[in-house]
Amino acid sequence: MTFSLSRRNATALIAGAAAAPWIAPARAQERYLDIRPGGQFRPVTIAVTNFVGEAQQGAATTSVITNNFKRSVFLQPLEQKSFVETISNPDQAPQMDSWKMINAQFVVTGRSGRNPDGRLRTDFRLWDVATGQQVAGQQYVTDPANSRRVAHIISDAIFARVTGEKGHFDTRVVFVDESGPKEKRRKRLAIMDQDGANIRYLTRGDDLVVTPRFSPSSQDVTFMSFGAGDPKVYVLNIENGQREVVGNFPGMTFSPRFSPDGQRIIMSLSQGSATNLFTMDLRSRSTMRLTNTAAIDTSPSYSPDGSQIVFESDRGGGQQIYTMGASGGGGKRISFGEGARYSTPVWSPKGDYIAFTRQKGGSFGIGVMKPDGSGERILTEGYHNEGPTWAPNGLYLMFFRDPGGQSGSKIFMCDIFGRGEFPVATPAFGSDPSWGPLLG
Amino acid sequence: MSVFNSVRLVKFAAVLCVAFGMAACSKSPDENGANGANLAGQGAGAATPGSAQDFVVNVGDRVFFETDSTELTPTAQATLDKQARWLNQYSRYSFTVEGHADERGTREYNFALGARRSEVTKEYLVARGISSSRMKTISYGKERPVSVCNDISCWSQNRRAVTVLSGGTS
Repeated sequence: MTFSLSRRNATALIAGAAAAPWIAPARAQERYLDIRPGGQFRPVTIAVTNFVGEAQQGAATTSVITNNFKRSVFLQPLEQKSFVETISNPDQAPQMDSWKMINAQFVVTGRSGRNPDGRLRTDFRLWDVATGQQVAGQQYVTDPANSRRVAHIISDAIFARVTGEKGHFDTRVVFVDESGPKEKRRKRLAIMDQDGANIRYLTRGDDLVVTPRFSPSSQDVTFMSFGAGDPKVYVLNIENGQREVVGNFPGMTFSPRFSPDGQRIIMSLSQGSATNLFTMDLRSRSTMRLTNTAAIDTSPSYSPDGSQIVFESDRGGGQQIYTMGASGGGGKRISFGEGARYSTPVWSPKGDYIAFTRQKGGSFGIGVMKPDGSGERILTEGYHNEGPTWAPNGLYLMFFRDPGGQSGSKIFMCDIFGRGEFPVATPAFGSDPSWGPLLG
Repeated sequence: MSVFNSVRLVKFAAVLCVAFGMAACSKSPDENGANGANLAGQGAGAATPGSAQDFVVNVGDRVFFETDSTELTPTAQATLDKQARWLNQYSRYSFTVEGHADERGTREYNFALGARRSEVTKEYLVARGISSSRMKTISYGKERPVSVCNDISCWSQNRRAVTVLSGGTS
């Protein structure tokens, strides 16, 4: 099974089949959960029952959905062994009293089977235990090879209905797979589903590669690669494997990131002792200088509307975070933590926060702050956390943590309120995660 | 240009074993684990004047930096003065100055920091009369430590600029 092309086709296929909603939502789309910091937070409890029909496929779908919710912080899937009622007809309302007994606020029922043409048909219904009403439901028909994607799409539909926020489960992550001794680390670009499944390697490990970043709008990844001559920024199409160098800059280019429309790449160029920010338009190939300092300006990231850029600079001494207009000019410092240096800022896809790495007293924390620098919140602290990347819904971050020595980096995810943190399984050491857009 | 200059130097050492007999080559790599410094174990007398290992062993191919600093210490300047004299004498060599950082920084900043370290090293050598046309610079940031552990002695080995000879080895 090649995922490169089939997955893209599958997107259209699944969406097409889902176009005919077979149950109208019983109520208006009100929220069930306030997603915000502080307060008396309690996750919404949800019972994901076994999808009936084709037993093995049904159990696999149930398992993918349940595992997604286990790492969601906002939804708490209940243990199947606590269930009182066994669902045999997923189209019928469950006996709500039996779900109230185990304090389930929602119940998911579903069915998994094959159409006569061999295609996989999956449907689900979401039930509100308090009212006894069905509040969401959908059917999906697709190639059986896409069964995990269907489970992720269902997870997103349920997450969105319960929280009022967009989902993040039908997504992929590019990262750097690391092997071999640290002195001669072999690094390969790799891509996986957000839950660690379907891993695929995008480079062979001949050249040192770092900092892959997903395009928000295409199947492209931009990254830095060492090869012959100066290390350079490249763009790689993850579907057809085509790669090209970005621009013809006289020096090392690194720290690339796409603009929100995917048309430009912003990056650092080192010339002499200075490192400044540049952009290149991928269609016209025209380049533009954004900063002109003797300092180190790096790790640029656009605001989601493309009007602003956040970046780090040591122009005032140590590394701090600055914002400026998208065409460059003077920067405004926004990070001011006492005795701390701030780096790797990334603007949330929702625009409300900037994630960063904070170094203080030998410790490396991952945190978020508002774009004006207020509301700083450290989500994890220790040695050595680095490099946050946003889930497309702006509710979660992935980052990597290297304990030092001959050990190596592993990837973790957490929610932006610091309520939960989970390891993201990778086959070997992993670093530099970049969370891609919803496949949708 | 090889990313793994230690690999190349090891190969070079193997060639020398043929030239000088096996006695010097049986010694284990130097304890400090520095890139290419495994040749140091052979003792100063083993290197042919003007050879790459003469440069590594008798001159010193690297200088070290303080944490997050790109300033050349008096020790570093003394080493670069020796490098400049040697490079002036053996002008057939071209070379690359590699800038490196330790792991206690973020990846992208460390690329820029390594670039600065290689640049200040290059500028110092130019000021000592070495033509800039003989040099290239490259930064590896924190990607290629020579010493891996969790303490200050390791980190200080990794904050370095290494002068790697490339041309003129005939």
